[in-house]
Amino acid sequence: MGKLKLLVVDDEPGIRSGVSRILENYTVSYPFMDEDFEFDVVVAETGEEALEILTGSKLDIVLLDNKLPGIQGIEVLEFINEQKMDVVVVMITSYASLDLAVKATRQGAYDFVPKPFTPKELRASIETITKQLFLRRMTQKLNVEGRQVRFQFLSVLSHELKSPLNAIEGYLRLMQDKKYGDSLHEYMEMIDRSLFRVQAMRNLILDMLDFTRIESGKKSRKLEPIYLCEVVQQCIDAFQPFSIQKDVDVYLNCSEKISIQADRQEMEIIINNLISNAIKYNKQGGRVDVNLKRDGSRLILSVEDTGIGMKKEDTEKLFEDFVRIKSEHTKHISGSGLGLSIIRKLLDLYDADISVESEPGEGSCFTVMFKLTEDV
Amino acid sequence: MLKTEKKKILIVDDDADYLFQLKVAVQDMGFDVITAETQKEAESIYEKMRPDLAILDLMMESQDTGFILCHKIKGKYPDVPIIIASAVTAETGMLFDVNTLEDQEWIKADLFLDKGIRMDQLHKEINKLLKI
Repeated sequence: MGKLKLLVVDDEPGIRSGVSRILENYTVSYPFMDEDFEFDVVVAETGEEALEILTGSKLDIVLLDNKLPGIQGIEVLEFINEQKMDVVVVMITSYASLDLAVKATRQGAYDFVPKPFTPKELRASIETITKQLFLRRMTQKLNVEGRQVRFQFLSVLSHELKSPLNAIEGYLRLMQDKKYGDSLHEYMEMIDRSLFRVQAMRNLILDMLDFTRIESGKKSRKLEPIYLCEVVQQCIDAFQPFSIQKDVDVYLNCSEKISIQADRQEMEIIINNLISNAIKYNKQGGRVDVNLKRDGSRLILSVEDTGIGMKKEDTEKLFEDFVRIKSEHTKHISGSGLGLSIIRKLLDLYDADISVESEPGEGSCFTVMFKLTEDV
Repeated sequence: MLKTEKKKILIVDDDADYLFQLKVAVQDMGFDVITAETQKEAESIYEKMRPDLAILDLMMESQDTGFILCHKIKGKYPDVPIIIASAVTAETGMLFDVNTLEDQEWIKADLFLDKGIRMDQLHKEINKLLKI
């Protein structure tokens, strides 16, 4: 059972005792809330007294009369807002003029309860407010979690770096203990697996370096006119040993020379990552088509492969940090899970979009759209 | 000779290498080992095989798969001991395990372990949980 602390500010004793009595045994429950809420009622006779209570203790809901002997309800409301208190305010008043309603709402009052009210009316109002408060706190909690993303990123990173170390260490111990006898031959698979993990870890570290440079914004950028066709061709050439090894043909389709104002190194990272994925997740004898074309004021770069493809729900989370689509097909392909999120972070700098279309077993197509500026 | 049935231990980890190594180690301790690489696989194996204890990796498909799996299993079989193993620990200064009582109650794992744990220690912990 959750407890919400409710403050009633009213100079009429009847209202104060009435609210206390009505909410005494009242609970609010919703299917989506983990627990029911009950109310702990505190009372204040004046605005001054209310401020004192608000300063001294943590409150959840304030029922606030506007017409008070000293400072007015609206001033209490202002105080609550200035202090950025996590409190829902409801105005109770019989003098609810349109003016006050507008002012109070602008100040963040959530609701009005007209005075006099029946127990039923008050409970209904409290029920809505509790729900509102619950949702608001959930949202805040999620925002705080948003701020923790960086921390979480480091946790995942440490996980990603420690896992291969654990795996390699484990194999070395099995060998040290001569678990499967004296013949080195028995350990060949473990050695292969260890080397595979070492390679994956090296890739992760390289990607990490790109990644942190972008994240920290420290990477020095030099924007100049770049012919993307040239960059793509250089990337394709650089990947030739890899594409031969994977038996994948890579083609560049680029009919006109289009230049874009960009940082060369950033373009290389983007294109390298896309081409490397297209080769890596391809089938034997497959092909990769890199297409570059102008479409009005946009430059469209697409990388199409005939690879393993993926399901629609997988494409949606593809650009998050450390996301790798896990399936039978990807199990033995190493990747850091950072490549596409690096691409996305870089593309953000260019206000460019990336999208993906994919069909399991058929292939994937990644499309990047750059905006071409007039004077380039 | 007294013949006792071997206890069954389910190990769930998406790292195929670590899974293999842990399997070998736990088998050497004298237990039967069943393995799973995903949450879904683990759930179906759990129903079929009813292991006596489970060792779950924390981060699998998502960062909290281990917690979710633990929560689900404990909901159905509260008496089965569960160990959650994680490579992310206090040692790195990045303990995002279970700090609050509230979390502990929700997750209900019997033990949280660093993946770097020595196997003899793990053996002791398993015996303790199985009351051997």
